[in-house]
Amino acid sequence: MSDLGIWAVPLAILGGAIRVSTPFLFVSLGEVLTERSGRINLGLEGTLVFGAMSGYAIAFLTGSPWAGVLAAAAAGAFFGLIHGLICSLPRVNDIAIGIAMMILGMGLAFYFGKPFVQPVAPDLPAISFGWWSDLPQVRAALQVNVLFLIGGVAAFALWWMFRATRVGLIIRVVGDSTDAARAMGLRPALIRTLATAAGGAFAGVGGAYLSLYYPGSWNEGLSSGQGLMAVALVIFARWNPIACFGAALLFGGAGALGPALQSVGVSEGYYLYYAAPYVLTLGVLIATSSPRQAMTGAPGELSITK
Amino acid sequence: MTPELPEGAIGVETLHMTMRFGGFTALDDVSIRIAPGSFHALLGENGAGKSTLVKCMMGFYHATAGEMLVAGREARVPDPRAAHGLGLGMVYQHFTLVPSLTAAENLVISRPDAPRIIDWRAERAALDAFMARMPFQVPLDQPVRALAAGEKQKLEILKQLYLGRRFLILDEPTSVLTPSEADEVLGHVRALCEAGEITVLMITHKFREVTAFADEVSVLRRGRLVGAGRVADLSHSDMAAMMMGDAAIAEPAPRTGTAGGIVLSLSQARARDRSGLKDIAIDALQVRAGEIVGIAGISGNGQMELMEILTGQRPLESGAITVKGTPYTASRAEARERAVRYLPEEPLHNACAPRMSVAENIGFRSFDLNGSGTRFWLSGREMRKLAADLVASFKVKTASLDAPIAALSGGNVQRAVLARELTGDVDVLVISNPCFGLDVSAVSEIRARIMAARNAGAGVLLMSEDLDEILELSDRVLVMSEGRIVHETTAAASDPATLGRHMGGHA
Repeated sequence: MSDLGIWAVPLAILGGAIRVSTPFLFVSLGEVLTERSGRINLGLEGTLVFGAMSGYAIAFLTGSPWAGVLAAAAAGAFFGLIHGLICSLPRVNDIAIGIAMMILGMGLAFYFGKPFVQPVAPDLPAISFGWWSDLPQVRAALQVNVLFLIGGVAAFALWWMFRATRVGLIIRVVGDSTDAARAMGLRPALIRTLATAAGGAFAGVGGAYLSLYYPGSWNEGLSSGQGLMAVALVIFARWNPIACFGAALLFGGAGALGPALQSVGVSEGYYLYYAAPYVLTLGVLIATSSPRQAMTGAPGELSITK
Repeated sequence: MTPELPEGAIGVETLHMTMRFGGFTALDDVSIRIAPGSFHALLGENGAGKSTLVKCMMGFYHATAGEMLVAGREARVPDPRAAHGLGLGMVYQHFTLVPSLTAAENLVISRPDAPRIIDWRAERAALDAFMARMPFQVPLDQPVRALAAGEKQKLEILKQLYLGRRFLILDEPTSVLTPSEADEVLGHVRALCEAGEITVLMITHKFREVTAFADEVSVLRRGRLVGAGRVADLSHSDMAAMMMGDAAIAEPAPRTGTAGGIVLSLSQARARDRSGLKDIAIDALQVRAGEIVGIAGISGNGQMELMEILTGQRPLESGAITVKGTPYTASRAEARERAVRYLPEEPLHNACAPRMSVAENIGFRSFDLNGSGTRFWLSGREMRKLAADLVASFKVKTASLDAPIAALSGGNVQRAVLARELTGDVDVLVISNPCFGLDVSAVSEIRARIMAARNAGAGVLLMSEDLDEILELSDRVLVMSEGRIVHETTAAASDPATLGRHMGGHA
């Protein structure tokens, strides 16, 4: 192993950012889609965990990791659909339902996932972008999973959809003004339900990445709150899918800070470094808030910004 | 767009239109003929059936009896979509544009045949070609949120034309506009009528606009058509008589007494505006006891922020507010001690807890007072007694004192808040758009109360987008534009044209 000295740290952070950011990216893209339609789904943490379990289980049973990803997306869409349908009832608060769905999703995942803690499912493939280098650290850092690339493409696709497709504009109309949507003859509850289901599918895929690539196994401590932090990340990204991509990388990099420092022998305050993403979440929310100014870019019908 | 429609304006006629809701007859045998290319005004008090009539025409309601002819043929309108298919369109009192979308996005997505994938280059070319044929323009690339009220209203009308509508119903289109904006928008609409492009039915209760722009007028009272005719043949008092029936309108209250010492002053006040991009800068503003200072201006020029500064909702970056010579930070204790009272615009949202009861809302100023001290345990009996007295003396119409205040009509919410704010000593009264959306009798009553407070020695700061209201009530008139006070005059020496120029920032 060649010695990179202090350069090993940024390299490890870069590699970590690419590895750790994927679940953030998928969950936050799903949340952007849901929130742009005027609903907030806090249940994505539960969807993420359930997606991780179902993806792992199906990958193990079929032997194909991609079947696992599809199963996770379907499970996520189902959770989103339930959330969307319940929230379409009168006088139902989407935040309360989201918290209930989060706990339900985790509970169901632990219940059904017990038999799959021991077996080993096939991993998702990764592409090596570090072939040009002799350094093993560079090769390790540039080992990029296919889902990360798909997530990146999806971020740009969502951005384009919100700008230049009928369905994207309709989601924005519904998210910004229920009255205007009704006057146009749209059905806001239906559109929000579908957007929540699609958002759930994204979160399910994020879960499949956790169990099928990194860390790459199913257990009950798999998620460390990525699903919840993604909600904060969406606000930080101002409901812009491309900004979500950047924010997910930033949060992923913060999450990789602890292991990166450990790899060069800094082990003091180990657990403190692991708290970096959470500290970053708090810091970002405080830094981007303003008591004097309405949040720009927030969908008008969102219950937290109304 | 709908190519099978005939080019140009179409006429619409209702025949014996009747609408009952249970035992209540909202519309009783109304027959109105609106000729193609005419500008027809529909006058009436709140609750006279104007909205019911147009909602029947647009297919929101299904009339109990009667029918409608569109372009001379009998038309069935089961829902708004069918009305749109016939070329009928409506501009609502409240904007139906989507605030975060740009004007161009709003226009394209409102089309029923909006393409799945929008080719913005082609759409922009089509929009530019469309705009080039229109008598007025609106910036297409800004989010609608950033447009002024007048521009939004113009965009609403443009949207109807863009959608190929040939018969437009305008529901109080000028209630959110300044007189000069209103004249501009209605002038353009009138020109489109004269050109034979569209027919217009405008709901209003402003006689001035009827006289200036409409060809014909129909007047509704309690669901019946009580008068109709050519505008040229009718005077304001004829129309008022038809509209009001025998009900008496409160006369403008007389003005008595002279101004005393300065009770409220702002000096060198600086604050950020709502968008955070511009500054509000009030160098000097003084209100004396026993005078009404009116602040005129087009909405969005800092009046809302000024109100928030005075109510303590918006922090000052520098400068100071003084009330009766000492600094004032708008805390509840200070407001109580110096008798500062507020009547913000949209009082249901800015001065009430909508789901709390009428009695509780009326008690907000006094619930924790016990004589001159404060109390820990509330007295429900005293709160109810106070509320009952005020509801009676301010003629608030409510089913019960325990009804949520949100269930009251706009005029009654305004009366309830005014009752609360005008009870006890009032030395400073800060008011914003007190008569927004109220009908004629409620308006005259509320203005009379404001004048009475002034005559009793209160210093009143009145912000209003209704220039007529400013001119009727004020002793001194200031004009606000771009967050600054740009003009000051006495009410006696002011003339609407000069004020309008300052409001528009062209002076």
